[in-house]
Amino acid sequence: MYYATLEGLRRFKIPHKFRFVSIITLYAQWIREGRLKVDPSWNKEGLRFTVQDPCKLVRQGIGDEVAEDLRFVIKAVAGEENFVDVWPNRSNNYCCGGGGGALQSGFVDNRRKYGELKFKQLMAVEPDVVITPCHNCHTQIKDLCDHYGGRWQTTHLWNWIVKALVNS
Amino acid sequence: MASPLEINRLDQRLKGIITDAFPQAQIEYCLTCGMCVSGCPASGIEGLDPRKFLRLLLLGQDEELLSSNWIYACTLCARCRHACPMGIDIGRMVYVLRGLRPREERPPNLQRSCDLQKQSNSTGIPNEDFVWVVNDVLEEVRENEPEWRDLRAPIDKAGAEYYLNQNAKEPTVEPEEMVPLWKILHAVGIDWTYSSKWWDGANYCLFTGDPEDWEFTVRKQAETVDALGVRYYINTE
Repeated sequence: MYYATLEGLRRFKIPHKFRFVSIITLYAQWIREGRLKVDPSWNKEGLRFTVQDPCKLVRQGIGDEVAEDLRFVIKAVAGEENFVDVWPNRSNNYCCGGGGGALQSGFVDNRRKYGELKFKQLMAVEPDVVITPCHNCHTQIKDLCDHYGGRWQTTHLWNWIVKALVNS
Repeated sequence: MASPLEINRLDQRLKGIITDAFPQAQIEYCLTCGMCVSGCPASGIEGLDPRKFLRLLLLGQDEELLSSNWIYACTLCARCRHACPMGIDIGRMVYVLRGLRPREERPPNLQRSCDLQKQSNSTGIPNEDFVWVVNDVLEEVRENEPEWRDLRAPIDKAGAEYYLNQNAKEPTVEPEEMVPLWKILHAVGIDWTYSSKWWDGANYCLFTGDPEDWEFTVRKQAETVDALGVRYYINTE
């Protein structure tokens, strides 16, 4: 989790020489610089994409800037017209309910009750694909989809970047 | 069902503990406006919500707070703090409460994830297995996908520009999910490396409530990454 390291370095004043960055920031930067070449033309069926803003990356991590980068990358990879945003979104998005150790804590009914709001929010945009750039979000949103009867694919972002890669 | 409070049974011990651990708690700033509750998916679970949590704390209902499992329904997502006009951070208080619970009474799998993390990674696979799985999967891709025959997944490459961490789930249960990111890094042409120790991208010690465990794991990561001499530490999630 981005925040675990970011805030850990900060709160405990841990000395370090490296610069701490998110892969999402880099994807966006590399696409803008033309180093990562992607083409959305594979998405002929018009698969409809939406996204989960991981709390530890967006609200508690980098903020709206990385939420914008995330959307920029998805649009570049899947086609601008094939992205539909949830409401609320970015720093104001709801947690999926899998974070904070909820997937490990064993209170399964509570975790799914928490996630009901996320499920309804996602259902409202009728997605084919929900991008979850965090493993906790991925596991939870996939479980919510199965449990409450959604029909979307829950996936990481990297699979679609590779699908859209232009070989030079 | 709510019942009248008995004023002689007010306990202010917990409030003191939280204020000591988190001096900027600003517990008294709460306007009871309910902005926190309105956007909190944990509202109503275990009969609590962020505003009630804070009220119980202010009104000295320590026993009720200490015995409630709402502290594990709250995901520490910080949306209540984001919405709060007074900037109150209830998640930080929930974190303190989690830490007050004796280890043997905590959710065992959550505590276990952190305990394993303190040895290397949250699923507890040996570091040698991580290295083996990476190399095995890499070899398979290079053999089966001719266009990726030059794909690389370096480990402990000193002086690389980027260090990449890896969520433990992939090498443990779905190793093929590591490949797309390798391909992306290869396509961009960056010089990167994994580490054979302290390589896990998650950190469950953030959630158990013991700052010393969280600090220990981040310190280990930082030392490891600095020893590689990289410029950037890429977090994958």
